[in-house]
Amino acid sequence: MFSPSHFTAVLLFGVFASTVFGITQRETPQRMFRYGLYCFSLFVGSAIVLSWVMYLIAR
Amino acid sequence: MSSTPNKPAPTAPQQQGFVFLPLIAGWLVPGAGHFLLRKWGRGALLAISIICMFAIGLAMQGKLYANAHDILEILGLLGDLGSGLLYVVGRTMGLGADSVQLTVADWGTRFIVVAGLLNIIAAVDAHNLRTGRKS
Repeated sequence: MFSPSHFTAVLLFGVFASTVFGITQRETPQRMFRYGLYCFSLFVGSAIVLSWVMYLIAR
Repeated sequence: MSSTPNKPAPTAPQQQGFVFLPLIAGWLVPGAGHFLLRKWGRGALLAISIICMFAIGLAMQGKLYANAHDILEILGLLGDLGSGLLYVVGRTMGLGADSVQLTVADWGTRFIVVAGLLNIIAAVDAHNLRTGRKS
């Protein structure tokens, strides 16, 4: 059984979802790459921010 | 007063065949819609992303929805069906957990559902390429 950490799961999810978003939502390869990178950073960044928010709420 | 004759706008080369073929092929096999349109790179990346996400979900002991008892299960089943033949193969081979008992398995279930939803987005993208709505 594959048992990644929560953060690894976020990274994997972000990579795959961002790849599909980039290819399907933009037309040129350069814009696809930039949009994919943007989506990936939003996925990972929002996960980190929400994690800190939950950590601070739980204290 | 001189007038220039109206020239017909340049048109895209006519594509023959069933217009919904890339949509259906892309739904059944991830990336196949783009392969039919000779978008090899895009199709390969889509196929790798969606198949890997589905496989990782199964490796995490995610659940393949089979019943539709309540609204959440219906939505999960619809998401799973988006994977097309991957779902059929997974169900036929008895892959995936029957019930979710671990946190990791819950993430795996989400991976499988999202892989199906991403596959639907990819299939619609192939249809848009076929109809000329996107280049």
